[in-house]
Amino acid sequence: MFEIDAKGSYYRDLNNKVRDAISKGEKEITLKNINGQYYIGDGLREKVSIIIEGVPGNDLAAFMDGPTIRIKSNAQDNIGNTMNSGKVIIEGNAGDVLGYGMRGGKLHVRGDVGYRVGIHMKGDKKQAPTIVVGGTAGDFFGEYMAGGLLILLGLDENDPRPIVGDYLGTGMHGGMIFIRGEVDEKLCGAEVGIMDPDADDLKVLKAALTDYCNDLGLNLDEIMKKSFKKLIPVSLRPYGNLYAY
Amino acid sequence: MFKSLAPPEYLATIDREKCIRCKRCIQNCGWGVYSWGGDKILINTSKCVKCLRCYHYCPEEAIEIKDNPTKFKNNAYWSFHHIRNIKRQAETGGIPLTGMGSDQNYPILFDNLMIDACQVTNPSIDPLREPMELRTYLGKKPSSVKIEKGKDGKLKLQTKMPPQIKLDLPIIFSPMSFGSISLNAQKVLAMAAKECGTVMNTGEGGLHEDLFPYKSNIMVQVASGRFGVNPDYLNAGVAVEIKIGQGAKPGIGGHLPGEKIPLEVAKTRMIPVGTDAISPAPQHDIYSIEDLRQLIYAIKEATNYKPVSVKIAAVHNVAAIASGIVRAGADIVYLDGFRGGTGAAPSIIRDHLGIPIEHAIAAVDDRLRQEGIRNEASIVAAGGIRSSADAAKAIALGADACAIATSALITMGCTTCGKCYTGNCSWGITTQRPELTARLDPEVYAERLINLLHAWTHELKEILGALGINSIDSLRGNRERLRGIGLDTQTLDILGVKPAGR
Ligand code: SF4
Ligand code: SF4
Repeated sequence: MFEIDAKGSYYRDLNNKVRDAISKGEKEITLKNINGQYYIGDGLREKVSIIIEGVPGNDLAAFMDGPTIRIKSNAQDNIGNTMNSGKVIIEGNAGDVLGYGMRGGKLHVRGDVGYRVGIHMKGDKKQAPTIVVGGTAGDFFGEYMAGGLLILLGLDENDPRPIVGDYLGTGMHGGMIFIRGEVDEKLCGAEVGIMDPDADDLKVLKAALTDYCNDLGLNLDEIMKKSFKKLIPVSLRPYGNLYAY
Repeated sequence: MFKSLAPPEYLATIDREKCIRCKRCIQNCGWGVYSWGGDKILINTSKCVKCLRCYHYCPEEAIEIKDNPTKFKNNAYWSFHHIRNIKRQAETGGIPLTGMGSDQNYPILFDNLMIDACQVTNPSIDPLREPMELRTYLGKKPSSVKIEKGKDGKLKLQTKMPPQIKLDLPIIFSPMSFGSISLNAQKVLAMAAKECGTVMNTGEGGLHEDLFPYKSNIMVQVASGRFGVNPDYLNAGVAVEIKIGQGAKPGIGGHLPGEKIPLEVAKTRMIPVGTDAISPAPQHDIYSIEDLRQLIYAIKEATNYKPVSVKIAAVHNVAAIASGIVRAGADIVYLDGFRGGTGAAPSIIRDHLGIPIEHAIAAVDDRLRQEGIRNEASIVAAGGIRSSADAAKAIALGADACAIATSALITMGCTTCGKCYTGNCSWGITTQRPELTARLDPEVYAERLINLLHAWTHELKEILGALGINSIDSLRGNRERLRGIGLDTQTLDILGVKPAGR
């Protein structure tokens, strides 16, 4: 276990320290007194584990390809931008545009997330990204989705707000979204079909949630007590008829 | 069958006397104009786009492609294309698409600018016998440099130079993605870039492994669809470009039609085969200059500080935007004028949005100078550079280098027919159909593109020689060596150019 005290550190110096520690063979790094530093973990490719104490700044884990980052509090915007592999666990809430263009790896958020989360995620048979959100999400959840898995749980039963905002899955043309509970059709983009998950879907869902529950100390059976809806694109070419050739 | 009320644009004709029924036109046409009727070639002229592939491959010179003489009644206001587009829209309810840069009759400022030359009082230079420097470095330049004499008496640069892209000539290739163009076309660009000491740009479609050997001549692009972007990709080339906009379609996103997404393209983009590859209009993590700065530095952090270029379309407020881009930390500002090419854009957007590149270069160069930050970034100008003269004029207006795409495609056979969005390009350029792409032998066509760059290199040197200067650096922003003809006072003022005769 290697510790870096980030108090008052400029992000560039901090990231250099982290890269230094990794090149010296450290496998577990704790960043203490983090206070809004940007770009933590960007482009890192080693299978290390990084624990963050304090609230990290925007663009954490952008283009990341391997590490596991655990944030022990809230986090800000743009986490996991175009991330390729690895995992980010957020024990609190997180901001807008998480996992933009994400290609692989996992984002596990315990609390709520903001607008445009999981937009333009992609994936193929070899790798696909997963985002699981424990609380609620804002508008444009899963917009332009082309692949991967998005799961929204709404675990706080006392939260009066709707589980998800407007324009859910607008422009979706691949991938799958699971929402715990019912989904108001009015919130969905025209490109989205709402269905009940079949046995295969439930297997995929359970596998993803088992990992999520392990990371955050939650009870899978409790979560599965409520039924889920599956959202998939109705067409591979949502805008195929838009043009005159 | 309902016959479309939008008449064909062209009439494909075969001289039956000359035709020897060899059927080469059938094989060559990517649009399916020709078919075999048992005893003669049949022609479906409504499919003809005048790309002239058949004409070039007919051994008997039997083919002629004419503009359709059956026109609507002449009307100076309601042009053939206005009427035809309305009819097409009435039939489909869709947006007419187009490819290539705008072909509309807007003023072309390049054609109203003349370059100076030396006579008597200042000697010209003969580039055939004297050294001429076209070497160009793209990237931030320090505002001053410190040089010290070492113990051995040699001069040494003390200032740490920001990263630079070294070019042997001030011309690079504009971004064109695998998907929008064929892999063979990308290979042509990569081979020519390597041979000529310049760079090609992957566009937003990932980097195919066949291009790995050309990494030191490749700039990779990150755009709103984030296709093919992973850490290997970001670190593969000499620089990373963030694409905000494109001259042919400012303010709108990209939309690679499903016809152009076979397995290979789907794989590099990580999307399902046959879907439309959607690049959203904005990058949803960039709504401000501050957000742009965030992405620039996220990329720099992930690439150990490679130079970052930001590409924008030339729009009305381009100078202020460019200033913001430079302040956001970009090493290169890439300006794309409204004549810039595209693989697919709504014609209504292509022909009516944006501003010419000539205005944009002058405005941006002025603004950055006024603000004292011109050294902070290089300017790359693109969007309709048709010749070395256009390039020289763009550089004199203030660009550090020019980017070309259409000119490069023309060396591969392109006739600017403008139908790139169909995915049927008979020249094997803007298509993914294997029988068509196989026609474009990278080795053969790279040779032709290399020839073009060599020719432009000679021409640029001749122009410099005539100007009596021996380095392209002395032409940069040297608007005193340009004169306008037939331009109004305000345009001259914006361009910072005197009228001819003054
Ligand atoms: S290529 Fe020329 S000669 Fe051959 S079939 Fe076509 S028109 Fe006739
Ligand atoms: S690339 Fe092909 S389709 Fe596009 S304009 Fe050129 S010849 Fe036509």
